[in-house]
Amino acid sequence: MELVYFLIEVVVKSIVVFACLMLTVAYLTWAERKILGHVQVRYGPNRVGPFGLLQPFADGIKAFFKEDLIPGRADKVCFVIAPMIVIVSAISLFAVIPFGNKLVLLGREIKLVIADVDIGILYIFGLASLGEYGVVLGGWSSGNKYGLTGALRAAAMMISYEVALGLSIIGVLMISQTLRLTDIVLGQGGGFWHWNVFLQPVAFVLYMVCGLAELSRTPFDMPEAESELACGFNIEYSSMKFALFFMGEYAHMVAVCAVSVTLFLGGWQPPIPALSFIPGVVWFLIKLVALIFFCIWERGTFPRLRYDQIMYFGWKFLFPLALINLVVTAIVLAIR
Amino acid sequence: MAENVVMLFQWLVFLGIALVCIFASIMVISNKNPVHCALWMVLTFLATAGLYVMLHSQFIAIVQVIVYAGAIMMLILFVVMLLDLEVELRSRLKFLYSKAIGGFFAVLLMLGIFYAVITRVLKGNVGSFTPEKVSAMGNVKAVGKVLFTDYLFPFEVASILLVVGIVGAVIMSKRREARKE
Repeated sequence: MELVYFLIEVVVKSIVVFACLMLTVAYLTWAERKILGHVQVRYGPNRVGPFGLLQPFADGIKAFFKEDLIPGRADKVCFVIAPMIVIVSAISLFAVIPFGNKLVLLGREIKLVIADVDIGILYIFGLASLGEYGVVLGGWSSGNKYGLTGALRAAAMMISYEVALGLSIIGVLMISQTLRLTDIVLGQGGGFWHWNVFLQPVAFVLYMVCGLAELSRTPFDMPEAESELACGFNIEYSSMKFALFFMGEYAHMVAVCAVSVTLFLGGWQPPIPALSFIPGVVWFLIKLVALIFFCIWERGTFPRLRYDQIMYFGWKFLFPLALINLVVTAIVLAIR
Repeated sequence: MAENVVMLFQWLVFLGIALVCIFASIMVISNKNPVHCALWMVLTFLATAGLYVMLHSQFIAIVQVIVYAGAIMMLILFVVMLLDLEVELRSRLKFLYSKAIGGFFAVLLMLGIFYAVITRVLKGNVGSFTPEKVSAMGNVKAVGKVLFTDYLFPFEVASILLVVGIVGAVIMSKRREARKE
């Protein structure tokens, strides 16, 4: 019977996380347009429902009824599976992210994480690198030179920034002595001064900058620079396939912010121990929303970098900085 | 009862992963389109990672995904994508020699595997790290402990080899640039 309970628990948790994630992604598109609108002193979407709140559903229905084109020169199989790879890898990232502490329900102790695995952070890196196949394949299989150029740029940028991203979190792993995400969060308990963001401030900034590059958001949105590549790797995509790419991108954004909250901002730990009567999920969501707001806000602030500037910045500034941060952390840990 | 169910479930999962692995490997060598070959190879690596997970070595599994499926295959895919794929398809070369030689070695290796499985000569050494012990102390810790004590020398040698490889690649690309001028 234990096995049946376990299966039910996993299935219920997966469904809840999936549903919440899809809702978040839908309203993220609305929030992005609304916030960018206010940054640029206009209203943003405000016609469908109060404050434009039904806009995501209208967009979804519109995408559904658009014509689904597959170009004649396209590699059909790759063209169809590319958006699927992007969204599946983005959603699967949430399997290891802890949303809260243990919960006792019907006499069972339930951990608020789908899979509490030993190698959580490596799992995130592995799946994120698999997600790049979707982008590369999408650009290549459309048989379009703009698409291919966008895909090549995207892949080159993601690979370059993944190096600094990986190095930036090693300091955190050295401090917490584990790769298990729940243990990393538990190690940051007891007030906000124990959070890794104060022990590893450089790593946090590095992680957010590289995370933006990983998401190819402004200032790193070179792969889809409208003015020179028309749209980048997803140029030939229409209807639901385009919507899948879009949703995958937003789900990936939530994932990057959630990992950042887990690693640096204490996950579901309250900022002051006295506030622990508020459930951990609430704290997690507050921090997550703050980081997501930052990601949208900076899009309205920064201009786009040139391709060579991005490469220069990644390899000659971020990469050495990550190495120095790593060495300093190691020395401090060894002396202490 | 419950244990039987778990065993059956594990066996079914293993069967599925193994079949995917074999099918994907056959597709790698039989497909005409190099990009599709590379993608089938990614699937092969993923299925192999699944086999590692079934053997309770999650660390090896995820490293397999990151290094092989994520990094190395991405590089291969890049090279293949930038080549003109249709040249080979148009030329209709028949690699008769290579087919004969490759087939011979394939049959030889298969006979070797059959022999090893039937007579059970390849047993391997049983170490002190049982699955229970490894999951108790943590996968990464177990690998790190062995890697940085017993196998430190091979580990360092491997890293020097990698550095030599990187330096060699830089020198080769620089020389070509100098020749152009």
